[in-house]
Amino acid sequence: MSTAPDTSVLTTGPSADERAARAPWALTAPALMLFVGILVIPLAMTVMLSFHDWGQYKGIEPVFILKNWHEIATDPYYAEMFWRTFRVALLATLITAVFGAPEAYILNRMSGPWKSFFLLVILGPLLISVVARTLGWALLFGGNNGLVNKFLMSLGLIGSPLPFMFTETGMVVALAHVMMPFMVLSVWAALQRLDPQIENAALSLGASSFTIIRRIVLPQIMPGVLSGAIIVFSLSASAFATPAIIGGRRLKVAATLAYDEFLNTLNWPLGAAVAVLLLVALVLIVVGSNALIERRYAEVFR
Amino acid sequence: MSFLELDRVAKQFGPQTVVDDFSLAVGKGEFISLLGPSGCGKTTTLQMIAGFLDPSRGAIRLEGRDLTAVRPAKRGLGIVFQSYALFPHMTAAENVSFGLEMRRVPKANRSERVRAALAMVGLAGFEDRYPRRMSGGQQQRVALARALVVRPSVLLLDEPLSNLDAKLREEMQIELRQIQRNLGTTTILVTHDQIEAMSLSDRIVVMSQGRIEQIGTPQETYERPVSAFVSQFLGKTNDFAATIDRTAAPARLVAGSWSAPAPAGIAGPVTVSIRPERIGFGDTGLAAKIVTRIFQGNHWLFQCETESGPAIVIRQNDGQPQPAEGEAVRLGWRPEDMSLRTAGGAK
Ligand SMILES: Nc1ncnc2c1ncn2[C@@H]1O[C@H](COP(=O)(O)OP(=O)(O)OP(=O)(O)O)[C@@H](O)[C@H]1O
Ligand SMILES: [Mg+2]
Repeated sequence: MSTAPDTSVLTTGPSADERAARAPWALTAPALMLFVGILVIPLAMTVMLSFHDWGQYKGIEPVFILKNWHEIATDPYYAEMFWRTFRVALLATLITAVFGAPEAYILNRMSGPWKSFFLLVILGPLLISVVARTLGWALLFGGNNGLVNKFLMSLGLIGSPLPFMFTETGMVVALAHVMMPFMVLSVWAALQRLDPQIENAALSLGASSFTIIRRIVLPQIMPGVLSGAIIVFSLSASAFATPAIIGGRRLKVAATLAYDEFLNTLNWPLGAAVAVLLLVALVLIVVGSNALIERRYAEVFR
Repeated sequence: MSFLELDRVAKQFGPQTVVDDFSLAVGKGEFISLLGPSGCGKTTTLQMIAGFLDPSRGAIRLEGRDLTAVRPAKRGLGIVFQSYALFPHMTAAENVSFGLEMRRVPKANRSERVRAALAMVGLAGFEDRYPRRMSGGQQQRVALARALVVRPSVLLLDEPLSNLDAKLREEMQIELRQIQRNLGTTTILVTHDQIEAMSLSDRIVVMSQGRIEQIGTPQETYERPVSAFVSQFLGKTNDFAATIDRTAAPARLVAGSWSAPAPAGIAGPVTVSIRPERIGFGDTGLAAKIVTRIFQGNHWLFQCETESGPAIVIRQNDGQPQPAEGEAVRLGWRPEDMSLRTAGGAK
């Protein structure tokens, strides 16, 4: 008698397997539904929207035409605007890498209380709105009334205000500033994985500090720098607030253009096309470079 | 003149003295072990020799020249870290080659020496492996090859075998000792494994709380421990309280019902310290009862309750009948096998 349940458990093995196979789906269902509901469906609708027609007086017409895509592909205005978007994002990424990686390294070498203090200084800005941080730059460099411009002009060092507002340089600098914490955090995480004795090991073999950084530390934190770069690049390319404040209506990037089409011109289909193109380009760039990085470092970092 | 000399070296971290009054003279080609419990300052001592920490007091000399003024990169020492600290982005050969590159050894010569060093540690054919794809023992050997290939004047090993399983550790110990003998490299090994220290070293430095307890050959420190700490730390030991009986002539040393002629120059209460494997069961001696009897393959381990407290006895499994649990026995030993301590210190 007592053995009967045991054998039944054994013979019902396959159904237990089936149940085990269903469990992951059942468990992820709530999150999956949320994901589909708030991301996939609106995204699909945006893609659909980009194929609709629009006219000043007729509004949106739910038809399937390639008008918007044709316009983006042929009008050099859009090409220039997309190039600007990625150029600005790339330069901002380079700046964060060049300054953020050494910053993280120095931070990591600091001792106890200083380390936590400066970590707070670096990460603190994340708690402040991007708008506030970008407005800071505008206050310092904005035209004749900018604090720095006023000061430098009163000293006679410059004759006219430094061009910052409505320039690509201004946009790059402000974006690099806003994105810096992400790069520092990413490199910091890579540094945490470093064996604390590894620099001593290189030192005992006769390496100079410069050699240690170049040949031992840098190659090991490179994946951190690159993943930080991917984060910063995609956030910069799709950033809205900073380009909107620095570039305004004069110097548009993809995100601000899409915004204008949606809310000012009310040409939603064209705005949708710009947004979709930005998304597709970003996904391609991020997935592509991620694959490259993984292939390059597969042997070493598994 | 000794090869490497530490002269009353001390290290303080803030108010805490971690190493104090550490004096040691190491001969050329000698294998020394620093042995002590966790946190007693072994690593700190090694790091001061390596130059990663500056001593607060005292001097470290190599062939008579002051080492403390020399930067770590210029000391020419070989170090194997507890974590190995291999460069994970370099292959085994590149790891080993790094020190030679820093010394500007010509390329042809370099690859020759790298190959020889890897072969020496039994890793021929592993040149192009990355550390992450090697076992713990293999990584450890790469670390050893990397330290040895630059022909260091002194080899410093910080618990290099502690991450390995027992069998591999034993193999590596034998290998390490052979390599060290063949090359004649002066070696300092940090360990908290007393068996490792005893089986590898020419001399052992037993440390406790930053101070040297005893320096001596493995046999000396094991058989003539100068303090209760050393005898407890190196293997198992039995301590019995004993007194000198001056009413008898000549005077006798008495522990319970065990007694022997008292050695000269000892007075007052003493502690008799005797290793478990030196105690025999006999007709006379300390009265005891066997509490448990444990079979351990090549020997038997007895836990006894004697008239002077608990004791352990180890007997070879030589086929002779052994007393059973609960049996009353008498424990005896030869006076020359024990060490005596008065309250003040060693005999
Ligand atoms: N940088 C430091 N600052 C303050 N105290 C330290 C520092 N480094 C080590 N200590 C202290 O010094 C003591 C000795 O440390 P050390 O690392 O030398 O011990 P150890 O003998 O190597 O121990 P283990 O066997 O656990 O490795 C410890 O009590 C430790 O807390
Ligand atoms: Mg240690």
